[in-house]
Order: sequence, then C-alpha cells, then structure tokens
Amino acid sequence: MLVYLLRRLGQSVFVIAAMAVLVFVGVYAIGNPIDILINPEADQNERAAAIARLGLDKPLWEQFLVFVSNAVQGDLGRSFVYSTDALGLILSKLPATLELAFLALVIAIFLGVPLGMLAGLKPDSIVGKTIMGGSILGFSLPNFWQGMMLILLFAVIFKVLPSGGRGETVEVLGVAVSFLTLDGLSHMLLPAVNLALFKTSLVIRLARAGTREAVLQDYVKFARAKGLKPRRIVLVHIAKNIMIPVVTVLGLELGSMIAFAVVTESVFAWPGMGKLLIDSIQHLDRPVVVAYLMLTVFMFILINLAVDLLYCALDPRVRISEVSA
Amino acid sequence: MRKSTLLCAVSLAAVLASPAVAQELTIGISAEPSALDPHYHNLGPNNAMRRHMFESLLLTDENQRLSPGLATSYKPLDDTTWEFKLREGVTFHDGSPFTAKDVVFTVCRIPTVENSPSSFTVYTKGIAGMEVKDPHTLLIKTDTPFPLLPNEVAAWGILSATANGVTGDIGFSRDGCTGIDSYPKTEDFNSGKAAIGTGMYKFKEFTRGEEIVFERNDDYWGDKGAWETVTFRPITSDGPRVAALLSGDVDMIDNPPLQDLERIKSEGFQVAQGLSNRVIYLHMDQHGEETPGITGTDGKNPLLDKRVRKAISIAINREAIVERIMNGVAVPAGELLPQGFFGTTPGAEAEKYDPEGAKKLLAEAGYPDGFGLTLGSPNDRYINDAQVSQAVAQMLTRIGIETEVDAVTASTFFKRRNAHEFSMYLAGWGAATGEMSSPLRALVATPDKVKGYGGTNRGRYSNPEMDALIDQALATVDDDKREALLQQASQVVIEDYGILPLHFEVTPWAFRKGITYVPRADQYTLALGVKPAG
Repeated sequence: MLVYLLRRLGQSVFVIAAMAVLVFVGVYAIGNPIDILINPEADQNERAAAIARLGLDKPLWEQFLVFVSNAVQGDLGRSFVYSTDALGLILSKLPATLELAFLALVIAIFLGVPLGMLAGLKPDSIVGKTIMGGSILGFSLPNFWQGMMLILLFAVIFKVLPSGGRGETVEVLGVAVSFLTLDGLSHMLLPAVNLALFKTSLVIRLARAGTREAVLQDYVKFARAKGLKPRRIVLVHIAKNIMIPVVTVLGLELGSMIAFAVVTESVFAWPGMGKLLIDSIQHLDRPVVVAYLMLTVFMFILINLAVDLLYCALDPRVRISEVSA
Repeated sequence: MRKSTLLCAVSLAAVLASPAVAQELTIGISAEPSALDPHYHNLGPNNAMRRHMFESLLLTDENQRLSPGLATSYKPLDDTTWEFKLREGVTFHDGSPFTAKDVVFTVCRIPTVENSPSSFTVYTKGIAGMEVKDPHTLLIKTDTPFPLLPNEVAAWGILSATANGVTGDIGFSRDGCTGIDSYPKTEDFNSGKAAIGTGMYKFKEFTRGEEIVFERNDDYWGDKGAWETVTFRPITSDGPRVAALLSGDVDMIDNPPLQDLERIKSEGFQVAQGLSNRVIYLHMDQHGEETPGITGTDGKNPLLDKRVRKAISIAINREAIVERIMNGVAVPAGELLPQGFFGTTPGAEAEKYDPEGAKKLLAEAGYPDGFGLTLGSPNDRYINDAQVSQAVAQMLTRIGIETEVDAVTASTFFKRRNAHEFSMYLAGWGAATGEMSSPLRALVATPDKVKGYGGTNRGRYSNPEMDALIDQALATVDDDKREALLQQASQVVIEDYGILPLHFEVTPWAFRKGITYVPRADQYTLALGVKPAG
C-alpha cells in the first residue's frame, strides 16, 4: 500500500512538472501580455520599463528557471494583471466555484438517479421514453445556449430569478458563501441547474442501464419470489447495486465541474475560478493560467487517488495491485 | 402547505430580484478594472472607475474638453512654468483638507507603484519641478515648453498626503522625493484602506469579479451625487449583460452589442449613443521593398507608391461599411479624430468612394492587374472588427487587389503586428488626450525612442515634413497657434495617404426608463453622469 502511494506520488510530481512546462511555453507562444495590458499611449521607453517590471525582458528559459525556483518554495508567481499572488487569487475564487459544483452535484444525483431508475423499470412506457428523450437533449444542447435560455426564461420573461452574479453572501469561518442566504440561493439556482443538466443526463443513463441489468438478475427474482414489496426491492436492493458506477463517474465529473465550469460561470457572471481562468487567458496572465492548471492537475490526481482507494473499500473484490499501479 | 412554501419562496426571490429601489444605481460593465489604485494601471476601465473616488486638478467633460476640477484656474507664467490655483474648501473622504501638498505627494507616488503593468509616469515625466507657493497655489515647471501639461494633469487622480502619514513638507525631485516615509500599496486601495480621495463617491466595498460599491460623498464640493449607492457589476459576456438589463437586475449596461440595440429599445429601454474618440484605420507597410503580405509584384512593395495607397482609400465604400456592418452606429472618418476635437480641420470629410478611379490609379502605378494582399485584423478587439476587415477585403478585391483577411484574437494580433508581420492591418486608436497630437505622434510620426514618437506606427510611415510640424506644435504653448500646426500636420498625412482612417466608433449605452446618461467621447461609463430623468 505504501509503495503504491509513493509511486502514485512520484507520477503526480512528474505530471505536474510536465504540465507547467507545456502551459508556460504555450502561453508564451500566444502573445505578449504587455500588448494587452499597456496603454497604447505609452511610448517605447515606458513599454520597455513595463516589460522589465513584469520580468518579460529575460529569455524564456530564464523566466522559466525563476518560476521553477520560486514554485519549489511554494510561490507560483504574481498575477501580471492584478499584481497579487497567483495562487491566492485562485484560492479566493475557490469557495464560489465549490458551492456551485456541489449544488450541481446534488441536483444531478437527486434528479438523475430516480429518473434513471424510473426509465429503467419502465423502459417502454411514455414516461421512460420521455425521460430518455430529455436526457438526449441534456447531452446535446450546448451548455452556453442552455444557460442563455434559462436566463431568458426565468430572469427576462418570468422575472422570478436573477440573471447572474452571486447575490448576498455570509461569512462562514472567514469564507464568503452564498448558499446560506435566500438571495444567494436564488442566484445559485440557475447556474447550478445549467451546470447540472449534462451531469443529470449522464446519471440518468447510468442509472437506467444499471436498473435494467439489475431487474433481470437472480437476486431480484429471488426477492420477488420471497414476496418482498416492489418498493423495497427497488429502493433497497436495486438502488444500492446501481450506485457504484454512478458514484465513480460523479466523483470524476465533480473534478471537471470544479475546474472547468468556465462556460456556466461566464454566462451567469459567477465570480468563480472558471471565470478567472478565461479572463486570465484573454489577458495572457501567465502566472495565473499556469498556477490554475497546475492546481487542476493536482486536484485531479487527488480525486483519482481517492476514487481508487474508495473503490477498493466499496468492493472487496477489487485489490490494488502493486505491479500494475 | 408545501405548495404555499414554494410559492412564498418564489415570490420572495422575485422581490429580491426586482430592480433596485430609488437612490440606488447598478451598472453592468463589460470590463472590470484590475485594481482600485488610481495609479496602478493606466487603462480605460481603471481610469473610468477611479474618477468616482479620485479627482484631478482638471476634469474632462463628455467631449474631453478640460474643465476646472481641484484647480479652479491655470495659466502659463512663462514657457516652462505653469501656475495652478487650487480650489479652497475641498476635503478628502477622511475629512482632511485638500492643499497643494497633496498634488506633490501624488506626483511623487506615481513612479513608485510596484508591478504596474502600464504606468502613469507617461503623464508625469514632463514635470521637472514643483513648488508650493501657498497652500492653494502650485507652480509646475517643465524642461521645455510643454503645452500638453493641462491635458496630462487631468489624467491622474490626487491622493491625500495627510491620510498617508505625511506631516512635514515634501521636497520634490524626479529621482525620489523627501519627507515621505512610505507610499500606500495597491492592495490598500483594493481593501479600501487607502481609497481616500475627494470624489463625488466614496469607497464602500470591492469584491473582485463580483462588484464594486460606492456610496455618496455628502461633503462633496460640487453638486452632490444623485445616488446613495452605486454598484458596478462586471458582466463580461455580451448576451448575459443584455439579459441582466432586460431582467431588471441592473439599471444600465455599457457596450450593448449593436445587433441587440433594436431589441433593447423595443422592450422599453433607452439607448444613448455618442461619437467616441476612437478611429478605426488601415495602416500600410511603407518601410521598404520587402514586405511580408504582398504577392504578384516581383518582390516590389506597391504600398510605397502614393497612387496605390490612394487607390486603396477610394476603393473603400466607408458609407456602406457604416450602414451595413456597423448598423449605422459609426461615422465615416476623414481624419484621425472626429470633427470638433482640438486640431481637426473643419470640414474634413471622409474619402469619396470611386472604384473606377481606383482602377485607373492602379494601372497608372503599374499594377493594371492588381496584386495579392493579406490584411491583418483582430477579431475581438473593436466593434465588428473582423466583419469590417472582410468588407474592406471584398472592396479591394473588386478593384483587382486580391485581398485575404487574416483575423486573429487580439493578443496574437498585437504580437504579430508589432513584429511587422502584416503589410496592411486594421486597428483602432482612441485619443486619450482628446486632441490631434495623440494619434499623430503615436500612429504616423517617424518612430523615435527619445521623442516618444511612432510607438504604434507599425506601418513605419515616415514624413520629415510632418515630424517637424509635430515638433513645432508640441513646443507651442499658445493654443491657437498649436491648433493651426496640428491641423496642418494632419492634412499632410491625410493628403499623403500615409494612413487610411475608416470610421469613428459610436459608443452605445443602454439603460432603463427613468434615468439619463450623457455619452462620453472617451467611452468611459461613469455613474457621475447618470441622473434620474426629469
């Protein structure tokens, strides 16, 4: 087990380092941040001075060395745009993104699992077909368009929910959160639904497939023969068994919801990390982009590790093989 | 029971989402300032935002004309000395009085801002000395005659020396002032600690990416602000910003997309439009025979020939571009600044469309069959920029210049343009000072590091006659004489087809009924100018 963990750790360090090099060079190749940041009125001298202030006058390899030597000490650089610590900037946006992702996760589970099971139990009924048809829509309609439609419907036409922003927040342990106020929740609802739609469709499909497979199995037949009520069979015996794939997939999807809620956050002007990432890419704010993607890689590695370990705990037949890890 | 709770929640949400009550103003802005420090980042969004809290010696009105601000009057005493009479009875947000010392403190602080991506020193480097004659009289000395000083002092906001711990006198020196222990840091402005100015509004709250909130300064020296609180919400995507207005979440938005203006009006909202100081132009590589984007000329650069440049200019139907691509929300340009700005020639009109004449000129120049050209263009920087480039390309192709458009995102475009990778490119220029020397110096003067000329002259146009006129204008303190020189310089470059102005952008704002906004030529969105109607 320890060997396994150590090896995973070693791989992780390598992945993070590779990521840093790729992103660093990639952003460098796109353009010069000074062209975006500086006032066009600035003359050649001021331009040169600004380039020097941001450390962009040095050759790429030297800039990279400076970055690496600072990164090893835990300093991922300062934002070119905001002049604040890049990692701190990203982490300050983390709570907003986290609460949105978790609300979306809750919606995906509590909407997706029952609907999927219903469709799995009655695959040929109108209800089952409608659910499956709906899930195809959830899959195939572009996220951006869904978001705009939600805004148009609930904010512009019916005027029941706000069109964007974060609403009222309260401080919990020094972190501002929206989900504890009614106003905050009303602001969260549309973006969370937007973020959840795709995941819900995914869960519906997983739950339906699992249910269809489970109803045919011997233990379900046996339970029915034993005279158990259909409700108990569905809610206890089937539900429990289809949850393993759902949990696994959602765990991974949670990572992507946290790291890449870019579209939803832009559409709803939600001040999370995704919006920061897209703004930083536009400004060629390299320290923020690099720090963001390194953090993302780190997060995915952690989630993967957690899923592996959980899986092993959930299903006793799974063993972590030290050779193939 | 359950149903009624749901209804209750929905109606409560509706109340919370309804438009802000009177005395509160919420504005959705397309670009967020990078900091609230007035001297951190010399760029549009920051410069607009700081005007709410920090004021300058002179203010600029909606047409960028100078008006008295913290200085009530100014005059040149001799060629290199200016006297500013400061306003009496003005207090900062912390109650300390405004005096000449605060101006000196501000000029001392500007070069010390750390990690500034675009420094305000461009507007203070002309200041050679400062002398406090009495608390409300300030003398500013320059090295050489410097007529733009009044425009430049209008570009930076004034901090309080007292609030930043200065007790004694300040000794001004370009290399570092004496009598100042420490300068406020950029973070201190973002947190509100150092956000102490004299402006109409005071700092209340700033959460990056979410909102900037100001409250009314009840001790303001001029007309009091019309709103008790003003909230700016950055909504960078166009669609959601319009939706926020239509749903009543915000009272006003800037930069609504042109194609949505009809819809916004039809839903009962108002649109205000104003001519901006931004010209969209075509620049042509006039450096030498070697040029990257031209084919079919046996290695020659046809753009060196004035007849070819003229042919290109008259081949472009500017009226059609304005009507069809800009939905009428633009004005064809005949100079680098719209009529009425300082240094423009009265009656200067946009070039007449004449495709037949263009073909003749091309034939005269030795290109009867035209040539191939690549037009560089950004696709997300100016209003409908890539579409305008496409239209220009089609018009040029019609007279035989087979034109291809290479439209890329702004960050890549500027990098390639600055590396001279385009033989012809489309770009825009907003004259921050609102007078003709700004576009002339930056876009068409011969690049010169020492003089600070030609910083954005990536076509490398060079005309010694015009350079001399600019030199002369920039050393003439007399306004009338300087204006005549600038008009002359502008006509020289226009008649030489050194640069081809296409149109001036018209900036739209959209807002709910019941408020008014006077459009600004500098494209700033200021709550200062938003008033309840009637």
